[in-house]
Amino acid sequence: MTTSMEKPSEPREPELGKPSGGPGKAAPAPSPRALTRARRRQAVVRFWQQYRTHRAGLVGLAVLAVIALLALTAPLLVGAGSQSVTDAPGGPMEAPSGEFPLGTDQFGRSLLALMLWGTRVSLTVGLLAAFLSVAIGTLVGITAGHFKGWYATVVMRVTDWFLVMPTLVLAIALATVLSRSVWTTILAIGVTTWPTTARLVRAQTLSVESRPYIERSRALGGGHGHIMSRHVLPNVMPLVLAQTTLVISTAILTEATLAFLGLSDPTIVSWGGLLQDAREAGAVSSGNWWYLAPPGLAIAVVALAFTLCGRAIESVLNPKLGVSR
Amino acid sequence: MSSESTPALVKGAAGVESAASGGPAPAGPSARSPRSRSAAGYARYAAGKLAGAAVSLFAVLVTSFFLFRLIPGDPVKQMTGGRQVSTEQIAAMRREFGLDLPLWQQFTQYCGKALTGDFGTSYQFRAPVVDKIAEALPATLLLTGTAFVIYTLLGIWLGARSAWRNGSAGDRANTALALTLYSVPSFWLGLLLIITLSVGVGPIPGLFPTGGMESGDTAGFDRVLDIAHHMVLPVVTLVAVEYARTLLVMRSSLLDEMGGDYLTTARAKGLRDDLVRRKHAVPNAMLPTVTLLFVNLGTTVAGAILVETVFSWPGLGGLFYQALSVPDLPLVQALFFVFASAVILMNTLADVIYPLLDPRVGR
Repeated sequence: MTTSMEKPSEPREPELGKPSGGPGKAAPAPSPRALTRARRRQAVVRFWQQYRTHRAGLVGLAVLAVIALLALTAPLLVGAGSQSVTDAPGGPMEAPSGEFPLGTDQFGRSLLALMLWGTRVSLTVGLLAAFLSVAIGTLVGITAGHFKGWYATVVMRVTDWFLVMPTLVLAIALATVLSRSVWTTILAIGVTTWPTTARLVRAQTLSVESRPYIERSRALGGGHGHIMSRHVLPNVMPLVLAQTTLVISTAILTEATLAFLGLSDPTIVSWGGLLQDAREAGAVSSGNWWYLAPPGLAIAVVALAFTLCGRAIESVLNPKLGVSR
Repeated sequence: MSSESTPALVKGAAGVESAASGGPAPAGPSARSPRSRSAAGYARYAAGKLAGAAVSLFAVLVTSFFLFRLIPGDPVKQMTGGRQVSTEQIAAMRREFGLDLPLWQQFTQYCGKALTGDFGTSYQFRAPVVDKIAEALPATLLLTGTAFVIYTLLGIWLGARSAWRNGSAGDRANTALALTLYSVPSFWLGLLLIITLSVGVGPIPGLFPTGGMESGDTAGFDRVLDIAHHMVLPVVTLVAVEYARTLLVMRSSLLDEMGGDYLTTARAKGLRDDLVRRKHAVPNAMLPTVTLLFVNLGTTVAGAILVETVFSWPGLGGLFYQALSVPDLPLVQALFFVFASAVILMNTLADVIYPLLDPRVGR
């Protein structure tokens, strides 16, 4: 993952590596590009070796792999027809049986099939919303750390202001204001959760920019864009990766919450939407725990898996880092 | 509501004023003494924080007005709800709620009134918004306050024990449980608790009421017991999903203190392990936790929206959800302002108090 994100910086590397060909050695000096690649490969190997020692992180990774596989193969496993209300295979609200391992909903659809389809929505929304949130946060954080002065002041004021906004209330408000669709949900989550990332990235940017090689790059004529994208970004990337993993679990929880409150696209089957359906169908008062339990359990498992991975990545990157920050 | 918003702004202004008048005074003749200089420094620091809070509160006020204007649909049409209404009646309703004015006039009116604690009239209840909020506030404060006290104590206690036995089976089980509950959607946990303990599954009888705050036919001490009975499940739900954060912060800040020389000294004096922890390590590790406590205090009010909805608790969260579906603009705006200002005030309070607790913090 790290390599793929850092790759774009390779083509421009030669200009920095030019002087390395200086001392005449017997063996031909490896090209700067090869050196960079080797260094990155080493970094990834070292990262993996340390990550492997975190048992919880490995468990999280394994769970995520299984769930991602299920989400990808859902059309093969259960078929698209299982979401149709009109030609549902079973009777309404059937308890779990051999034919329907998790029972059926009020329309007679198999809950197991709906759960599998819901996996796709939860993962997609969680990943995209987290990506949006972290992208905004990284952009704001790096620019605020790089350009000091009034720009940084204004931007950090805005960030602080977003930070004190109750995330859930703001997301609910946004989801109410905009039309009901998956994109609204993604937007509402992404727009409300970025400030933490922005603050983290800004702090890291400030510490990176105080190092001498930034001054060197500036002396050699590196512009703002060059410094931010070639020097600062690769250095904040590990932090951003850890942050993304943690934001995903928040995003998945928020998505489920919005769906549960009836604020997401009602035509799309998601785990939070299933919980809302269950509540509206009277599963609570009639004691149909088998309808309610699986979606919530799935949300919790996925959110937990992402949290475990994020914490493992965090402690590999910075063993001294406080766990909750 | 009026008693919440206006003092907040007034407090901010008063803070600035007192600092402006108090600032230069110590800087005069006794400017050399480090004590008075630090007092002036603190006053300046606190005034800055309070001014920042006032700015934030105003920003929230502006947002609350404009954000909810974007909700599609005409509130008057929603209110009449399909009934046959003449255009004159609609015009009268528009006038009644001030919807016939241009947007900027509505805005200046809104801000002016909000400063005096008037948030307008609710569309759906036809009652002053402030009254509706005042009605619901005690229920929310009771629920979130109780939950806050319990999860804070639980989080600090478990976090301290966990860190002290870092790496042990108990620590790992503790952290794992906290992280798991932290990942659980609160509304789902609430629904499951209702099914198992209120409705009853199989042999388990219904032990607790399914929702609401009281049965309504009790008085005196019985009423207190009745409310407590209704509160058990919502409080358990809130505590379960919230205590993890406190636990994790307490655990990591105590871990930071673990290597401290003063702990070795304390042990060398012959103190029991338990005393070293309670009298020496935990008080120092409490500092970062205190900040979190205030933040929690601010966010729990908004965080209870879901739990209140699930348990039909007659508090602010339930009211917010009700108001959103209309949309009842004045009520939604005011509640949004209440939720956000709770967070702002608590954060500011934490910022202001923290240097008093920890003199090492630079001002």
